[in-house]
Amino acid sequence: MVGRESFTMKGFRFLTGAVLITWLILPLIPLAIWSFARGWFFPNLLPNQWSLQAWEYAFSDTAGVIDSLWVTIAIALAATVLSIIVGVPAGRALGLYRFRGKEFVELIILAPTIVPGIAVALGLHSVFIGLGLNNTISGVVLVHLIPTLPYMILVMAGIFANYDPSFEAQARSLGASAFKTFWYVTFPAILPGIIVGGLFAFLVSWSQYILTLLIGGGRVVTLPLLLFNFATSGRNDITGAIGMIYILPGIIILLLTARHLSGRSGAVGGFGRI
Amino acid sequence: MTHVSIKDLTKVYPGATEPSLDRLSLEIASGELTALLGPSGCGKTTTMKMIAGLLAPTSGDVSFDGRSILNDKPEHRGVVMVFQNYLLFPYMSVADNVGFGLKMRKVDKAEISRRVAEMLELVKLPDLGSRRPSELSGGQQQRVALARALIVQPNVLLLDEPLSNLDAHLRFEMRDLIRSLQQEMGITTIFVTHDQEEAVVLADKVALILHGRLKQYDGADVFYKRPVDEATARFFGGQNFIEGSSDGTTFTSSFGSVALPAGVAEGRGKLTFRPENVRIGTELGSENVFRGTLEDKLYMGTQTRLKMRIGDERIDIISNPNEAEGMEPGQEVPLSLPPASLWVLSS
Repeated sequence: MVGRESFTMKGFRFLTGAVLITWLILPLIPLAIWSFARGWFFPNLLPNQWSLQAWEYAFSDTAGVIDSLWVTIAIALAATVLSIIVGVPAGRALGLYRFRGKEFVELIILAPTIVPGIAVALGLHSVFIGLGLNNTISGVVLVHLIPTLPYMILVMAGIFANYDPSFEAQARSLGASAFKTFWYVTFPAILPGIIVGGLFAFLVSWSQYILTLLIGGGRVVTLPLLLFNFATSGRNDITGAIGMIYILPGIIILLLTARHLSGRSGAVGGFGRI
Repeated sequence: MTHVSIKDLTKVYPGATEPSLDRLSLEIASGELTALLGPSGCGKTTTMKMIAGLLAPTSGDVSFDGRSILNDKPEHRGVVMVFQNYLLFPYMSVADNVGFGLKMRKVDKAEISRRVAEMLELVKLPDLGSRRPSELSGGQQQRVALARALIVQPNVLLLDEPLSNLDAHLRFEMRDLIRSLQQEMGITTIFVTHDQEEAVVLADKVALILHGRLKQYDGADVFYKRPVDEATARFFGGQNFIEGSSDGTTFTSSFGSVALPAGVAEGRGKLTFRPENVRIGTELGSENVFRGTLEDKLYMGTQTRLKMRIGDERIDIISNPNEAEGMEPGQEVPLSLPPASLWVLSS
């Protein structure tokens, strides 16, 4: 009986794996092939001619891919760090304390994941112009916080819902200052959440298009913007090459953190655990 | 060696109408082991947290050797609290847990590891330094928590329900360990408990707190012999309260006059005596002998509880099983109330 059950479980796991691969990996294969193609037309299963031209172009100075890569990384890192700085205390408040209007605060925090980004961005655009933040990298970083913060706060709230703040009282009573208490006691306990939330924040910022386009005003050219330009101009080979570069961090991050992302980790409980 | 003085300490939590702790005043002599005793929610843990600096009092003062410590940060008070659930840091080894306080005091590494080894020896866990806290039993975790507190040689040690999470056989071991270490190091120690037995076996003095108010602060035996009121007597297992009036030498009750010891209260009140102090039979003399009727008996292994009636008053007696053997409900027996064991609660 037990053996049969585990056999069914195995089958189910295999199926899940197969579906995930079909959905995630298969669509990327034509992209990868395109990046090495010189002309690839309809009835043919593979390109007529292979070439490294697209890659050469992608890494050349004129394409601006490298510059754009650095800008994208810088923006995503900045948005991640700011998300951590804001999200850890916010998650602590939501995870540990009960207060009047908590449900409302939760709703407000989740709102950006529900409300269409373009509506928010259009409204913010005029505000940012007033503040002189439009067309600047700092403006783009700030606006990226709108979609990144909900993930960060959600993850941290889940972590803190399972966290016992008495450990901090214990550390203080043993002679640790407030800062040392955070460093030696709180930080190690919430690190998995910071890692997972931080990665979410990084990837969400990495994939922003509309917000970057509107607030950056075309002056701040991140990879997705560049990618979109080539895709719409019909250069499938270059699109393929940039696309490959673009998905790289996602894959690296996924491989590095797979173990933190499993349901058994305290980091992915979200509000359900509060 | 630190003398702890608590003066009118009061805590009203925001939004609460009643204070959780109402004007508590205690003088705790240097090196003394004191129990704060009371049911859960009586304000005893609140008191501890205020001494430790983890909670700010609404009013009142706490001073060590005459100096108020209320404005000192928790890490500068020289107070270490051991929590009920031990709270060993899960990411650190046992040795790192024990050495934590010294590390925070910037003691150098060699010195820390020497003193950690010494301390683990003292709590009889010499070989467990490299383990993780999760690999230890409850009793071992408790000892590590104690070692972690004692290693910094605190002025005042606070223990939250130190024995309550332990099995019966470990309780005595732990009790002896706490007592001997505390005596040896002479640390003024305050512990919180809801269990009167734990308070009695461990403490020099007991402070009973009910509903946020200090009821009585005395040596443990005084709670049995001379409780201040009925609630206090009941908390310590007192069962017998007989209405009547006292003139200082005799107590007049519904079933007759009872001779009293010297120094009891006068006027209307309640006569009280411990269930274990009533004697069956008359061999102790002819004083205070009354006829009692057995109503019910409950065999409890090492003792037998007898429910008796004297006149219209119901009383509880704890007797030894041999004595009670063969007694049947309805039977009449002589009961004597030794005057030295009597006490009057004035109403």
